[in-house]
Amino acid sequence: MDANSAIIRVENLTTHYGDRRILNNINLAIHPRETMVLLGSSGTGKSTLLRHILALEKPTGGHIHVKGLDVCHCAEEELIELRRHLGVLFQSGALFGSMSLGDNVALPLRELTRLDESTIQVLVRLKLDMVGLGGFENLWPSQLSGGMRKRAGLARALALDPEILLFDEPSAGLDPITAAGIDELILKLKETFPMTIVVVTHELASAFLIADRMAVMSAGEVIALGTREEIRQSSHPRVQQFLNRKPEELVRDHEAYLRSLTAPS
Amino acid sequence: MGAWLAFVGRNTLAFLRYSGGVARLGGDAAYWTLVAPWRGKGLRVRATIHQMVLTGVNAVPIVSLIALFVGMILAFQSAYELRKYGGTVFVVNLVAVAMTRQLGPLMTAVIVAGRSASSFAAELGTMKVGEELDALETMGLNRVKFLVVPKYLALILMMPCLTLVADLMGIVGGSLFTTVELGMPLSYYWSRAVDALLLKDILSGLIKSVVFGIIITEVGCYEGFSVRGGAEGVGLATTSSVVTSITAIIAADMFFSGLFYYIW
Repeated sequence: MDANSAIIRVENLTTHYGDRRILNNINLAIHPRETMVLLGSSGTGKSTLLRHILALEKPTGGHIHVKGLDVCHCAEEELIELRRHLGVLFQSGALFGSMSLGDNVALPLRELTRLDESTIQVLVRLKLDMVGLGGFENLWPSQLSGGMRKRAGLARALALDPEILLFDEPSAGLDPITAAGIDELILKLKETFPMTIVVVTHELASAFLIADRMAVMSAGEVIALGTREEIRQSSHPRVQQFLNRKPEELVRDHEAYLRSLTAPS
Repeated sequence: MGAWLAFVGRNTLAFLRYSGGVARLGGDAAYWTLVAPWRGKGLRVRATIHQMVLTGVNAVPIVSLIALFVGMILAFQSAYELRKYGGTVFVVNLVAVAMTRQLGPLMTAVIVAGRSASSFAAELGTMKVGEELDALETMGLNRVKFLVVPKYLALILMMPCLTLVADLMGIVGGSLFTTVELGMPLSYYWSRAVDALLLKDILSGLIKSVVFGIIITEVGCYEGFSVRGGAEGVGLATTSSVVTSITAIIAADMFFSGLFYYIW
């Protein structure tokens, strides 16, 4: 597939927080209906990349085209229109604490569509059922466990039947069984709906389970891009280090270390 | 010297940045309250009513109690001085005018700042920490329309009501003193109070109260939106929202008192 068919296209994206460079000249094309996993250890900029794709942050340089719209340089109205086609599951679920589960899922339907209330109620039950939370619509977010909150966040993200579904660390903070449940859910969605799915994660097992293609990130750059097999066979040392779970080697100059300890503050 | 100049410069810039941020939020809130509904973008009426109850109705007992005390304090204090000149009867005028022009709106604003600016900052700050603001934005919902406008509208409507309650309770507080201590009949007290008051005394207080309401919403919400870090950030923003809004309220009160003194 050529780059023009991409539903999300990142071009020469560079961004800084203050003086620190977080993303360095990233180029990435995500094709329609594929599941792309952004893999990398903490602090490699993968969540930042996701926030840029969502237009929650403005980059220092470069472009991101989502469904043909340059989200870094477009009018607010265009962005709002585009966002109807995006569903996002945030790390903590990001449910509104002041609303019941049902109202959380109903919110995008109430605010962005003209459906009548009875249809909305049916859709809410449908979406909650889809994530395994059927019958829970009257509970409050504070009454839910971490895994249930993520499922509910997913139900809300699915409310408007998005074309692109984005996940920020779907298994972070969950026990292995619950995390596997979320993976299972992503696989099920992938089979059922013709959606493009983007997942940011550092979980190897989860990444290799759900990805069609994956991009491995390190120090703000994409160092490897390809199918599961291509990534597994990558010769890049950082990729191999990540896949084989080798810790960072501490190379230390003992003299300099002693000096840093005794230096006057 | 250099360090001192840098300190002044840094703080001036920080002040300007803060004021700019609050002003921009205020502009957005005014747009979404006054202009957007006419363009078919809707207004969240139910959320506004909910906020009116939280910020206004629920504040009535505490505002009444404090205004009652303040009215009594005013009466004690003015009588202490006036009795030297045999003018204790003027306690009524003093209490009525001082409550409606100054202390009614000011005490109400201070109480509402303590109750509501802090709660706005904590609510929005917690939402920011929990990625709820990001979630709102990625759904294509405007955070100002959705979260700020109901609070903004609620305070604009409720501050004058609370201020009227405070005015009334303050004058009642004064009457407790004059009845018990001076033996003044209540009917005489009230007719004297009504005679002493001009419409502009009450109106100038109400105009100020609307401005105070705007200050409280904007500072509280701005502090909430600018939370960084986790729970600690929310705590700092909550404290800062109360301190900043009370400072801004008193500064605005000074400005308006001067203005009304000279032109009205």
